[in-house]
Amino acid sequence: MSAGAVSGLTELMQRYEAVIGLEVHGQLLTESKMFCGCSADYIGSPPNSNTCPVCLGMPGVLPVMNRKAIEYTVRTALALNCEIPEHSKFDRKNYFYPDLPKGYQISQYDMPMSEHGWLSFPVDGEEVRCGITRVHLEEDTGTLQHAGDILQQARSSVVDLNRAGVPLMEIVGEPDLRTPEQAREYLVRLRQILVYIGVNDGNLEQGSFRCDANISLRHRGSAELGVKVEIKNMNSFRAVQRALEYEIVRQGRLLDQGQAIAQETRGWVEAKGATISQRSKEYAHDYRYFPEPDLPPLQLTADFVERVRAGLPELPQQLVDRLQRDHGLSAYDAAVISAEIEDARAFEALVGAGVAAKSAANWLMGDVARLARETRLPLQRSGLGITGLAALIGLAERGRINGPTAKALLEELYVQGGDPVAVVEARGLGQVSDEAELSGIVDRVIADNPAAVSDFQGGKEQALQRLVGGVMKATRGRADARLVNQLLRERLGR
Amino acid sequence: MTPPTASELAGLLRSGATTPQDLAARARADLKRISDLNAVLRYTDSLAERQAERAARTLAEVPERAGPLCGIPFAYKDVLCVEGVETTAGSRILQGHRPPYTGTALRRLLDAGAVPVAVTNCDEFAMGSSNENSAFGPVGNPWDPGRVPGGSSGGSAAVVAAGAVPYSLGTDTGGSIRQPASLCGVTGFKPTYGRVSRYGLIAFASSLDQIGPFARSVADVAGVFSAIAGWDAMDSTSSPTPVEPVEDQLGRGIEGMRLGVPHEYVAEGLEPGVRAAIETAFSELERLGATLEEVSLPTTEAGLSTYYIIAPAECSANLARMDGVRFGLHIDRPSLTDTYLETRGNGFGPEVKRRIMLGTYALSSGYYDAYYRKAQKVRTLIADEFDRAFATVDALVCPTSPLVAFARGAKSDPLSMYLCDVLTLPVNLAGLPGISVPCGFSEGLPVGLQVIGPRFQDGVVLRVAHAYERATSWHAEQPPVPPVASGAGS
Repeated sequence: MSAGAVSGLTELMQRYEAVIGLEVHGQLLTESKMFCGCSADYIGSPPNSNTCPVCLGMPGVLPVMNRKAIEYTVRTALALNCEIPEHSKFDRKNYFYPDLPKGYQISQYDMPMSEHGWLSFPVDGEEVRCGITRVHLEEDTGTLQHAGDILQQARSSVVDLNRAGVPLMEIVGEPDLRTPEQAREYLVRLRQILVYIGVNDGNLEQGSFRCDANISLRHRGSAELGVKVEIKNMNSFRAVQRALEYEIVRQGRLLDQGQAIAQETRGWVEAKGATISQRSKEYAHDYRYFPEPDLPPLQLTADFVERVRAGLPELPQQLVDRLQRDHGLSAYDAAVISAEIEDARAFEALVGAGVAAKSAANWLMGDVARLARETRLPLQRSGLGITGLAALIGLAERGRINGPTAKALLEELYVQGGDPVAVVEARGLGQVSDEAELSGIVDRVIADNPAAVSDFQGGKEQALQRLVGGVMKATRGRADARLVNQLLRERLGR
Repeated sequence: MTPPTASELAGLLRSGATTPQDLAARARADLKRISDLNAVLRYTDSLAERQAERAARTLAEVPERAGPLCGIPFAYKDVLCVEGVETTAGSRILQGHRPPYTGTALRRLLDAGAVPVAVTNCDEFAMGSSNENSAFGPVGNPWDPGRVPGGSSGGSAAVVAAGAVPYSLGTDTGGSIRQPASLCGVTGFKPTYGRVSRYGLIAFASSLDQIGPFARSVADVAGVFSAIAGWDAMDSTSSPTPVEPVEDQLGRGIEGMRLGVPHEYVAEGLEPGVRAAIETAFSELERLGATLEEVSLPTTEAGLSTYYIIAPAECSANLARMDGVRFGLHIDRPSLTDTYLETRGNGFGPEVKRRIMLGTYALSSGYYDAYYRKAQKVRTLIADEFDRAFATVDALVCPTSPLVAFARGAKSDPLSMYLCDVLTLPVNLAGLPGISVPCGFSEGLPVGLQVIGPRFQDGVVLRVAHAYERATSWHAEQPPVPPVASGAGS
């Protein structure tokens, strides 16, 4: 269980088993919307500017399918081991809401583009396999802003249809997950795959990757399913885990008291760390699905599917294997490096630029990762960039600068940028490795520090560091520490 | 005096005997003269002026680029969108709505230099068979203004019948072009589903709707069809199959053709005068060299109930966008639900509400299999049955409407109104081309002969209709001009 888990969770989970299924919605990285030519990249446009008669749902307009969206959905389905039936179709899902211009959403109901997939991943050393019920394609809605918390109580609301019609993929998982941790790991892996295959940007905060969860509890050992509750409004991995933990405790306590669980939809409220009831089953919509008459049924030939399969980019697990096999990374390093595709790409670029694999991994996982987090700038978009970092590591590897100098330069140049070779040159930061030059300085430091010398000779090993420090000070930090150590020991006879 | 056809007007324009501006002005005056019929909802004067000027320039400067419709005035049904021109689908809920775009059929006509002069009245959202369901009042039949012109494209049929414009555009979901053509004594053609783009047609039932022309000659109908037909990137249900040059089919005659008479379409329920006119028409077709043979389409009986599940189901979704949020009527209430209820409750008329409710019910969880799914299966059977008939005959001939124009208010219960389309709606369910041509009179009111062809053989339908028209003079019969103003539309 994660730190800060809701109290009572561990105890409840010994008696109850959670049955969890996740539904993920991912916006596709197509250039245009799903049924019209408007840009799918809507963020930052003035309200309702990224629209046309089609995505505004004007009377008389018709949808025209975006072929790229179909290809991306098939790509996703294949990456998730789904079967792609030759025949599928689109359906209308009917409900009224101001963010839904046509009064129905074009989606897929009983003949989705793909079914019967799975995703497998380790949690606490054990392999978890979660079935993927289906991956289908639909359109996103617009967005609403209310003067007030919810639409029904708002004094006024404004509609922005810039997002309406952006291709949205729905990935429905089987209720195969048993702990909030497994749910979180499933999402991490799924997001990683979508980003790797280039269909989604994996941004939970902006909602291009969204998740709803279904959870029910049952007594351990029971095969019967409990009453299912749907949770919405979780916009981080942590929120998903926390909301599920909260729900297990809430439902477990109700069951302990002999109370029934209400079948309902609940919303996660981050600030309260709690879920609140949004809609009970009696108010569940009857969506009146029926086949979309404006779009012909979709036929995906085996040929097309095989072409998409052949063009499938490397998946995260394949990369992990390759990093170990070809670059000799440990399983741990390979997993960390491949977690984010940008890191994996940076790693490969560094190696391509001549940096040793182990060294590239250490830099990326260490100081670079920290700086990227602190500055919110991934290496690729930082001032230093891949080339700068490769040059910096090169200087350190070849002994042109010492470790502390390299570290200091990374801090300095990460955001502001600059050519490390030129900076080292201009400021004379090159490492002093010349034995003759260093010998003179070492002799002087020994002469100036009799106390440290006698301490060291008396057996105090740390005293040597005071002498090394003296040499460093004298060389403005540029001395080759290894050589200084060696020279001191030679002189002091230890 | 017979008013000129579009082809005749094209000749006059080329000879310099008239100008597009003249023709537009005359059409405008003629439409004004029949304003008691209430067939026109609004005039498109500034658009007409622009198009007429443009056509005049083309005719003067590059006459070889001027097509047969260049400079010819026409009217179109109030369900077709033209940028900036108010388009209401005969409904209060869209009052004041000016589409921000032009639909494909209209775009193609405008590009061909055609001159739209008026938007015609119709049943609200094309739902009706008498044009009594318009929010803007009923339309009178030029042959007897106290009677209905048929529907839903009643206004488009009436303006052509009255001789005010040579042609007009309508839409046909279950007979909405052919039935008013029959009742008004003009020619009306519903092309094969998928032949004319529906982009810009305010949808009633997406899988059934099709745009088509009214005219006073089959040649004109064929010319307009050629101008608007063909694949459109904006309509995924439009067919990529190239359009056959239908004009080539005209004039070939029907000698040796095999024409089927579906006996279920003539068995019962026809008014005696309609039966007599149709039988005479059948004899004429035989005299022209066609062989008539009886065929059977037994599933036709289920056509009406099938249609009244599928069409309302689709309309219940298609009309959901009329929610008062982005365009048209908006009645503001403190809550969202009340805003929806008030806007839609006041904006839609009773027939539209009835069909939305029928469709909503048919699609509801627990009823879907019994209604919608079953209707789709029957629809397939109906289409298969037509296909089997076309294995042995080239086309089918039958009446368009079992009855002639009836008095306004005569059909007050919905079912008897729905029965008006019993001979036309199976054609929409099967997606076939169908035409109605004038074939006589019963009690002084026009009767129409319907010709139905196989999918994408629009030319066959036009060919049969043309041969019949050449051999008869019913199409040249004119209603009393000016029509007797007996209070229609007042």
